[in-house]
Parts: sequence; C-alpha cells; structure tokens
Amino acid sequence: MKINDARSRHHAIWWTFVVHRVSGLLLTVFLPIHFWTLGLALQGESALDRALAWYEAPVFRWGEWLLVLLLTVHALGGIRLLLIEFRPWRGLRRGWIVAGGIIALATSLLFLNASWK
Amino acid sequence: MKPQVVQQVRRWYWQRITAMIMTLFVLVHLVLMIHAIKGGLSAGEILARTQGSVLWALFYGLFVVLVSVHASIGLGNILVEWARLPQGSARLISNLVALALLVLGLRAVWAVTCGSMP
Repeated sequence: MKINDARSRHHAIWWTFVVHRVSGLLLTVFLPIHFWTLGLALQGESALDRALAWYEAPVFRWGEWLLVLLLTVHALGGIRLLLIEFRPWRGLRRGWIVAGGIIALATSLLFLNASWK
Repeated sequence: MKPQVVQQVRRWYWQRITAMIMTLFVLVHLVLMIHAIKGGLSAGEILARTQGSVLWALFYGLFVVLVSVHASIGLGNILVEWARLPQGSARLISNLVALALLVLGLRAVWAVTCGSMP
C-alpha cells in the first residue's frame, strides 16, 4: 500500500511534518534516560548529584539545549495541528510554522543562557 | 466499521486529547526548567521542591501518564508508516513502550517525592 506520495515531500508543510515527527521520536528516546536519572533519588541524594555532575559537561549542556528546542518545537507544532484539526478551517496555518520556529529558538536560547549563569 | 479501524480512530483521538492537556503541562515544565537551571542543577535543589509535595507528585504523575499514551501512539504510527511494520506488531511494540514509560516515569516521580526521605 502506498501511504505517501513523493510529490508532496518537496514542500515546507512536509518538512514541518518531518520535524514534528522526528522531534517526537527523539523526545521519546530521551524520556527513559530522564526517568532513569531522576529514579537515582531512590539511592539517595548523592547518587542523583553524581549523575547531575556528569550533565555539567558542555556536550550535555548543548544536548539539554537541543532537548528544550525539540520540546518547544514539538509542542508548538502540535498546537498548530490541533488548530487545523479542531478549529474552523483557515488553511495550513503557515504563520504558526514561522512563529513556532522563532518562539522555540528563543525559548531554548533563554534556557541555554540560564544554564550558563 | 471494522474493529481495527475503530481502534485506529480511538488511538488518533487519545493522541489528540493527551496533546491538548499536555500543552499546559509542557508550558509549566518549560518555565520551571528555565527557572531551576539557573546556577546549575543540584539534587538538593530538586528534592527540596519535590520531596513530600503532593502537588508536584500529582502534576508529574499525570504528566507521565499523558506522555506515555501520547508518545507510544506516535511511535506506533512511525513503525507502521516509516518502518513498514504490520499493524499488529506496531501496536504490540507501542503498548510495551507505553508500559515501560509508565513504569519508569512513575518510578521517577516516586523517587523524587518519597526517595531518600530522612
């Protein structure tokens, strides 16, 4: 069964769909790591602190920035989809794509700035 | 209507319902993260906020339930549409992922609420 038509893929809306899907997938992969880290509190405060000290390394800080970016992009992209599906039809809400990208980048940079203070 | 189609519609519906509720949860989580990360994260700081807090436990407990449903349905769709798995296999993996996320997530909420309490 052919699920998608290749012609639709050279299109901004297609790429928005890909970004939404890939960001959701990456966030799903991250969740078990996030939960495992917090679960270390069962072994005591110091066990959790040791893991958090690891995450102080620059590579993890950039990783955290990326996660905040992915979360914000996914959430705003999701709101756009909900508006398309549940509100009166007003096209594909392209404004949300641009605004979502800018707000997500700004939020993630705010987080990055706060994390380096 | 075929039972398989009914299940697909239900999964679509639940993914949207969880998404609607989670928009608020994500907003709170983002604001909290940006506030909490200032000056670096420490276990003491996290646990001071969460230990014994029924409110945070309820908030994050519900967040875990919502994200487990939402993410596992999304993963199921990816497995069918991109990995070309049969519906049955994709649904099985999706359900197992939901269960794993639920158990790990609720364990994490338990850990920061009741773990290492004096």
